[in-house]
Amino acid sequence: MNRRNFNQLIGMGTAGILLPNLPAFSRNVAPEALLEKGMDVALKKRLADAAMNAAKSKGATYTDVRIGRYLNQFVITREDKVQNIVNTESYGVGVRVIADGCWGFAAVVDAKSEADLAKAAETAVAIAKANAKLMKEPVQLAPQKGFGEVSWKAPIKKNAFEVPIKEKVDLLMSVNGAAMKNGANYVNSVLFMVNEQKYFASTDGTYADQDIHRIWPIFNVTAIDPKTGKFETRNALSAPMGMGYEYLQANPSDKITGVTTRYNMGYDMLEDVTAAAKQARAKHSAKSVEAGKYDLVLDPSHLWLTIHESVGHPLELDRVLGYEANFAGTSFATLDKWQSKNFNYGSKQVNLIADKTQVGSLGAVGYDDEGVKTKKWDLVRDGTLVNYQAIRDQVHIIGEKESQGCCYADNWSSVQFQRMANVSLEAGKTPLSVQDMIKDVKKGIYIIGDGSFSIDQQRYNFQFGGQLFYEIKDGQIAGMLKDVAYQSNTQEFWNSCVQVCDEKDYRLGGSFFDGKGQPSQSSAVSHGSSTARFNGVNVINTARKI
Amino acid sequence: MNLKKMAILTKAEAKKIIDKVLSYAKADETSVSLTGGRRGNIRYARNAVSTSGESTNLSLAVTAVFGKKSGTATINEFDDAALEKTVRRAEEIARLAPENSEYMPMLGPQTYLPIDPFSRNTENITPDYRAQAAFDSLDPCRKQNLTAAGYMEDSTGFTAIGNSKELFAYNRETSVEFSVTVRTADGMGSGYATRDVTDTSKLNTREATEIAMQKAQASVGARAIEPGKYTVILEPAALVANTDASLLLAMMGSMDARNAEEGRSFLSKKGGGTRLGEKLMDERVTIYSDPTNPEIPTSPFGGGGGGRFGGGGADGRPQEKITWIEKGVIKNMYYSRYWADKKGVKATPPPANFIMEGGTQSLADMIKSTEKGILVTRFWYIRPVDPQTLLYTGLTRDGTFYIENGQIKFPVKNFRFNESPIIMLNNLEAMGKPVRIGGNLVPPLKIRDFTFTSLSDAV
Repeated sequence: MNRRNFNQLIGMGTAGILLPNLPAFSRNVAPEALLEKGMDVALKKRLADAAMNAAKSKGATYTDVRIGRYLNQFVITREDKVQNIVNTESYGVGVRVIADGCWGFAAVVDAKSEADLAKAAETAVAIAKANAKLMKEPVQLAPQKGFGEVSWKAPIKKNAFEVPIKEKVDLLMSVNGAAMKNGANYVNSVLFMVNEQKYFASTDGTYADQDIHRIWPIFNVTAIDPKTGKFETRNALSAPMGMGYEYLQANPSDKITGVTTRYNMGYDMLEDVTAAAKQARAKHSAKSVEAGKYDLVLDPSHLWLTIHESVGHPLELDRVLGYEANFAGTSFATLDKWQSKNFNYGSKQVNLIADKTQVGSLGAVGYDDEGVKTKKWDLVRDGTLVNYQAIRDQVHIIGEKESQGCCYADNWSSVQFQRMANVSLEAGKTPLSVQDMIKDVKKGIYIIGDGSFSIDQQRYNFQFGGQLFYEIKDGQIAGMLKDVAYQSNTQEFWNSCVQVCDEKDYRLGGSFFDGKGQPSQSSAVSHGSSTARFNGVNVINTARKI
Repeated sequence: MNLKKMAILTKAEAKKIIDKVLSYAKADETSVSLTGGRRGNIRYARNAVSTSGESTNLSLAVTAVFGKKSGTATINEFDDAALEKTVRRAEEIARLAPENSEYMPMLGPQTYLPIDPFSRNTENITPDYRAQAAFDSLDPCRKQNLTAAGYMEDSTGFTAIGNSKELFAYNRETSVEFSVTVRTADGMGSGYATRDVTDTSKLNTREATEIAMQKAQASVGARAIEPGKYTVILEPAALVANTDASLLLAMMGSMDARNAEEGRSFLSKKGGGTRLGEKLMDERVTIYSDPTNPEIPTSPFGGGGGGRFGGGGADGRPQEKITWIEKGVIKNMYYSRYWADKKGVKATPPPANFIMEGGTQSLADMIKSTEKGILVTRFWYIRPVDPQTLLYTGLTRDGTFYIENGQIKFPVKNFRFNESPIIMLNNLEAMGKPVRIGGNLVPPLKIRDFTFTSLSDAV
């Protein structure tokens, strides 16, 4: 599930963007606390060793320790007002063990002594032993070599926490001002910034110190037509990125021009909001779509969400096996389909890859949360299903000898489990621009930006909206449409993919809050693609009167 | 599992700490929020327990205000030096914060309804109790070659708030939520049941699981019928969900006055103003809140259950009985204190629960009186399509059946719907007896012309 935030779930998303999801046990701190150096790495190692020794002495056969410091900053505004500035820190330790063939986990807030860690380890062992009675078979953990003392740092250029709050407020105020000047009645804007300082240690002999950064600038613009009483909105075309504040400095090469400007590794918030205000106003006079079959040309700012829901989730092995049956659901992509080696997930043009190493992506790390060095692997090659996303206690089921490295916990207090890697559509190998793609479309719709999204619990039937819809008639853009949503079935949809633009058009989109698990954990994940064309997709008209 | 600081403080203990914190305060206004408690859970899938855990926390947040600038600092250590340091830190943050032009001065003392939504039975839950609850659900499934996946989460906690204008409020609260999905071994049938209670002695996981088992077995061999407009019987779990968006929560979550008056809500009126006082749905629709209802007691102030509707007012506004929709007419909207002040009206906070009046019929009675229709156990992945009309989309899941001549005839494949709760509540045919769901009381509803737009192969 792409769970943006709780308010959106209950329908309060109307007025834009409200409360962020905060990590567990977050406490409010002063902004300068976000720049304080975390615990020394030598001390972290000592604490981790204390936990591992304590667990071993109680009978654990495997232990991993995560010492985590999670920092968040949110600057939240509307029109000419700063609504809130939130700076939070969450620090603690999670210890996971295998004892009597069963997992056990315990976490402790503010743990700073070897005694704290030892106690957590002992509790984790006790839980494992208690739950072992309810197990059907022991955990089979894929072997993993130790990497010794290593570190990984996201290749950012500017730590966003070093940028003064005033500069961020000034940016959002100028963004809001531009929206109001260009036809918006209301505008909400937010800067979300995250830094995860994670230390992982395991009895396999890895001690990995990692520093991960994420940023997401967003806005929502509303334009009201008092004559009709209708309102229209347009959200930002930004993407959440695994980058620092440099994402907000767009170079000309980061901009993709066309019916509207879209962005790659740099985002011009001011330019986008100016366009958004005008487009929200223009939507009032857009033509209401006629329901029927259309060829869809989908921009990466839109397609990422379709990839996320219809490829990323169904190819998570824990869903396939039934571990998420009571919440997120299971999957249509069952093991027999994979075993057949001829399940046509999509057309020959469709190559979908999982990647935990992609620079600038939300999922990029050096090592996952169970000490596996990250990598890139195929999920769908030339249209055929070839693999899943799996972690150490699952890979034996799909005959792999080592984990694919996509284990993640959203906090030190949460137990790590299989999460989605960055899952992306490979760019087409034949040179093809968006203009050339549109030129061949007789009756189509060009969709930019993500909107409404919904998919069933086995990932067959889905419906997606968008931010901007343009009618394509005989190879030409013929004006703006509204009330558009498309419905399809995963296999049918990916088999209707006839063209993918080349790598010059490749861009990332993503989700800051992908929800899974009970209790629910959120994960940030990117999805890349170039613009792609899908033929004969069912489009419905969503206008209603109440 | 969290090892430190297990704490359900009493009212007196909480007040003592808050008073101490306030004694250090030097800002124009200072407020303190103290929360603590324990959360425990057990999760199972593929007929075995997958994870279980417990965490406890006790934390104190201080908000200091100078003029219209506010700052908050949080701590979970409680010695005098730490408390004073936290007050100073909040004051430093406030001094450097930008001004909030919508800041409202803190409230003085308030009168709260006497409610105690707390159960000793729930407080006394142990890991063994959770394991037994999971076993009671797993055991009947294992015996009938069915596969269970379920989750139970219990929480026991308290919230106390106080401020330098002598407001003080305290609430302790317990809750247990349980849900189970049962699937047939071949994956062709799936059933679901969910329960939520304040007092865990009222929860029977075996009873709920048996309903999910029956639905799983009865849903095997689902037939495809054409999408279109159908009469539906929506069970309460199809109207309100604990873990996802839902049609009635979407509507109740959209009754904010400011959005309506700004022109961006289903309650906005053409040419300006709102639809307050207008009849927007069937005259049998009456929805009100009552924090004292013994079946769904909530916090007497916003801090507790009020979070469900986006934070009902950690500012200390009292929750009270209030009617939102009466005989199909919009009677009230909720306000932030700023917007209420600007409009010169009472600052009604968002509710912490709601009760939809229903009838006396059981679900079986409603099926019996249906000539042709579809019974829906629950909906899934419900998301807004058009905020103006509250058009939502989503799918049926875990038990969808065709009814003919008062009887369930056969299971049907799942549908995608595109529907607005406002249109749905205009097409009301019948209402059953309300039951507790997600902390609210909601009846099963029979609706005509419910719009299904496509079929899904998902089981």
